[in-house]
Amino acid sequence: MSMIEIDGLNVWFGHGPDRVDAVKGAAFTVEPGESFGLVGESGSGKSTILRAITGLAPDWSGRISIGGRALTGHKRDRAFYRQVQMVFQDPYASLHPRHSVDQVLSETLQLHGFRDIDARVVRLLDDVGLGQKFRFRYPHQLSGGQRQRVAIARALAGEPEIVLLDEPTSALDVSVQAEILNLLTDLREEHKLTYLMVSHDLPVIGHMCDRLAVMKDGEIVEVMAVGALRAMQAQHPYSQSLLEASIAPGSRSA
Amino acid sequence: MSDMTLRQWLLTDAPTSRRHARLASLYKGWLSLRSNTMAMFGLGILVALLLMAFLAPILAPHDPYAQDLANRLLPLGTEGHVLGTDSLGRDILSRLIHGSRITLYIVTLVALIAPLAGLLVGTIAGYTGGWADVVLMRITDIFLAFPRLVLALAFVAALGAGIENAVLAISLTAWPPYARIARAETLTIRSSDYISAVRLQGANPIRIITKHIWPLCISSLIVRVTLDMAGIILAAAGLGFLGLGAQPPSPEWGAMISEGRRFILDHWWVATMPGLAIFTVSLAFNLLGDGLRDVLDPKDGGQ
Repeated sequence: MSMIEIDGLNVWFGHGPDRVDAVKGAAFTVEPGESFGLVGESGSGKSTILRAITGLAPDWSGRISIGGRALTGHKRDRAFYRQVQMVFQDPYASLHPRHSVDQVLSETLQLHGFRDIDARVVRLLDDVGLGQKFRFRYPHQLSGGQRQRVAIARALAGEPEIVLLDEPTSALDVSVQAEILNLLTDLREEHKLTYLMVSHDLPVIGHMCDRLAVMKDGEIVEVMAVGALRAMQAQHPYSQSLLEASIAPGSRSA
Repeated sequence: MSDMTLRQWLLTDAPTSRRHARLASLYKGWLSLRSNTMAMFGLGILVALLLMAFLAPILAPHDPYAQDLANRLLPLGTEGHVLGTDSLGRDILSRLIHGSRITLYIVTLVALIAPLAGLLVGTIAGYTGGWADVVLMRITDIFLAFPRLVLALAFVAALGAGIENAVLAISLTAWPPYARIARAETLTIRSSDYISAVRLQGANPIRIITKHIWPLCISSLIVRVTLDMAGIILAAAGLGFLGLGAQPPSPEWGAMISEGRRFILDHWWVATMPGLAIFTVSLAFNLLGDGLRDVLDPKDGGQ
């Protein structure tokens, strides 16, 4: 049974003449323990798929099923939130400016119904490589990379099976990017997580993922294994041009 | 740990417990407030006002209600009556001291009721959106459309004269601006990633509004409240002047001004002294509010 199954997914914003179709007929599956990438340029609808899964984009049609359970509408139940969590793109916007790290994590743990909150906060901070001295800090006292670690700890607090990663490193420095990607790789192994990762950065996808889907203008043009990506063997002309652009002179290599 | 001073313990980078962290952030807030001279000046005046209200019977040299028609309208600096006497020969200083209780009472109640009501209406309207937003905001518009004193007058006329009803009437007319501010803030906050993130943890709307949106709205409301303080005192005074607020012979500052108005050309101090008192207290609230906003502002809090 697939962990994430998406079939004929359409997502749109607005109504009537203002309607914008952000995703058109997307279909892919993600197996348990797999890391699946969604690539494409800005506005191609990658993040919108994640938002439709989590219920943050209310208007969609088609089929989304998580662990064999089909989702409906934009309301999600508690079981869904325990199973699926998300890490947002911008760590400067995803942490409440007035809540300390401790408040963020303990509230999350409390919402998931855990009792041993203190011990779990300590363990989560260790898991993401932040020591105890960060526990009572506020977001403005943390660097971008540290903030993203807190956001990852928050996503892992409910012990999810699936983590949706919405360009988790694109707002960070190159040197910090590598640390966060390695952390995510380690955590996936340790907690047997399934990743669905959105990025416009092909080297990042090549490093993190097993398979990927290439998106253009809201449609998935090709699903391929990461080996094909590394070997530059895309079938669709758009994916091929994307691959060539990523190794164009002057850009960094994988 | 044992050779650490209390100050070092409070200023540590790595608090050891939740209580420690809370005390440390309170202490840092206090330090930043203390470095703001004007805010400390305002705080000093308000503490003095509180003490004055608390110790009124001890501090006041005379009975604020004792009339002495032989000594009416005495000028400033008369022996025994430092701030002179009013038209019925009552000692103005004693009346000011006793009046601080009434002023504090009105200001505190209005400053609690109106922003809270506004916060509640504004954040609910802003967060839920849809028809709730439309209904709540149109009610707000209706209240905003009336001139404040006229609306308060109508309420007091309906509820009956007296300080409690004046407080209620002023609060009922003062909440709409707070609702507007709170709604505007909520609209910018509700679509942010950190609200999405807490929704993904399964938090319900009540929790999101009270624990995540309110703390961010409060700093701008505090500024607005302190700016409104003078207006609130004057509105209470206006109602008193029309015979619908504090009833004579109660030494409410606004009522004292309106009493003194009749003699303002020949005996200016009768109206000026309570006026100066209102001015000082309003100024103190403004200064403190400005300092508090700097401390509470999330963007540079604790720095």
